[in-house]
Amino acid sequence: MTTTTEPLTGTNAVEIDDISKVFGRGRGAVTAIDGMSVHVREGEFLAILGASGCGKSTLLSLVAGLEQPTTGTVSVGDHRVAMMFQEAALFPWLTVGANIEIPMKVNRVPKAERRKRVAELLDLVRLTGFERKRPHELSGGMRQRVALARALAQDADVLLMDEPFGALDAMTRDILHDELERIWREKSLTIMFVTHNVREAVRLGDAVVLLSSRPGRVISEFEVEGERPRRIDSAQIAEQAATITDRLREEVSRHA
Amino acid sequence: MPETRTGDNAVQGLDALELQPKRGTAERSPGEIARAVWAGTWPKLAAVVLVLLAWQAVVWSGWRSEWVFPGPDRVLPTLFNEITTPEFWEAVRVTMRRAFIGFALALAVGVVIGLAVSQFKPLRVAIGSLITGLQTMPSIVWFPFAMLLYGISESAIMFVIILGAAPSIAGGLTSGIDYVPPSLLRAGKVMGLQGVQRYRLLIIPAALPMFVTGLKQGWAFAWRSLMAGELLVIINQQNSIGWALSQARQLNDAERLLSYIIIVLAIGIMIDLFFNWADRSLRRRWGITQ
Repeated sequence: MTTTTEPLTGTNAVEIDDISKVFGRGRGAVTAIDGMSVHVREGEFLAILGASGCGKSTLLSLVAGLEQPTTGTVSVGDHRVAMMFQEAALFPWLTVGANIEIPMKVNRVPKAERRKRVAELLDLVRLTGFERKRPHELSGGMRQRVALARALAQDADVLLMDEPFGALDAMTRDILHDELERIWREKSLTIMFVTHNVREAVRLGDAVVLLSSRPGRVISEFEVEGERPRRIDSAQIAEQAATITDRLREEVSRHA
Repeated sequence: MPETRTGDNAVQGLDALELQPKRGTAERSPGEIARAVWAGTWPKLAAVVLVLLAWQAVVWSGWRSEWVFPGPDRVLPTLFNEITTPEFWEAVRVTMRRAFIGFALALAVGVVIGLAVSQFKPLRVAIGSLITGLQTMPSIVWFPFAMLLYGISESAIMFVIILGAAPSIAGGLTSGIDYVPPSLLRAGKVMGLQGVQRYRLLIIPAALPMFVTGLKQGWAFAWRSLMAGELLVIINQQNSIGWALSQARQLNDAERLLSYIIIVLAIGIMIDLFFNWADRSLRRRWGITQ
């Protein structure tokens, strides 16, 4: 799943160096990303924030190796990368347990081991006892928990998340923020979390990268202050979110 | 909502309201079950009674003489007589054997063509619309050609059944594969599903509901082609439903003729019930309908 496996410098998990991505050719060509560099440290929770059309999803696809950059390099070393989307994209004909087993089947994990791991992962996302349910019997938040368990079943240590909680109500989202933070710590994951919700970015990220639109470029990077676990409605979060929102607004108005 | 209890804070968001209550697990008394069965049965019984009454009414009107158009009072006893004879069961056996073999061959041909078309773009451009075109063709027009190729034989009938049913089966498979949700394809790609495993774990199960719809349509065409075939391609002395029908006509035996028409209808309804059941249980399992 890696784009390149060149050795990484220092303790970075993901290195994106001066990449561009152009879709199509000639007159119809669209530059999604132009001259973007992002480094993600091992164990870092990086929130990536931008208005629509800033190439956020493209960026994650490049890191996941689903697409190749037009120029520049994306390197994840020997890290294993998993990805989650806004839709849980669970296979509706399989039970929750069987869904989580799929990545392990790909990796040829023996059956007994798979069973054990499914139980552990369900426990981790707090869905013990839901193994035999089908996706359509679950709520949206629970489906995202299953999707997270499935992503972790890939034995990945880098998790790419493309607006994973975008379709959930605020309260469910809050709970899942806590859960994700807990799992990120327990599993020492490196997370790249794409969102267009500024508070969500500040709530979760060690750092927030702000992207410009059309083409996508890094405008600025903010280190987030505040002890974890944070509350999305705390004054400290609100203050930092306001600063970033102002900066983002400048960017949006330039294109509106 | 007993299903949400996990001891922990698994389901606390507003989200929990989305959970579906469990269906149909409540205990039901025998009286309630009987009422439910009756509620499902009486419209069908009413329909049968209505048809019989209408039929009898036409007979009473004297539109045709009774030896050409007998009423249910004469046809139903003949029908019950008929289904106790070994010849009848032999005819049904021969016809159903042809139907199943023909359908199985059409299935094999349809799956191969459907897979090929969904895999290779040039092939799709070349024969994709041809398949749709074949589906619109009344299969009976193939019979003269089939008889020229195979003579008056079972192969001629099989040939037409395959031409009738395979395009629908291939079409169902191709559209099933085409309409696998892109989000699932992407999830499969991210998880590293490829090659045979990708087909086994993702594409085939995802395509199954539409494939079954194709099978159902294919069966309908196969059954029609078979009936037309047995009436047109009358193989010497071989008993079959089609042969019984044409023999009854030659002997001006309207009662037997109508009995066999009822048999053809009954077989059609039974197979249709089977496909509907398969379709429904698949959709329920896939979570497509509630």
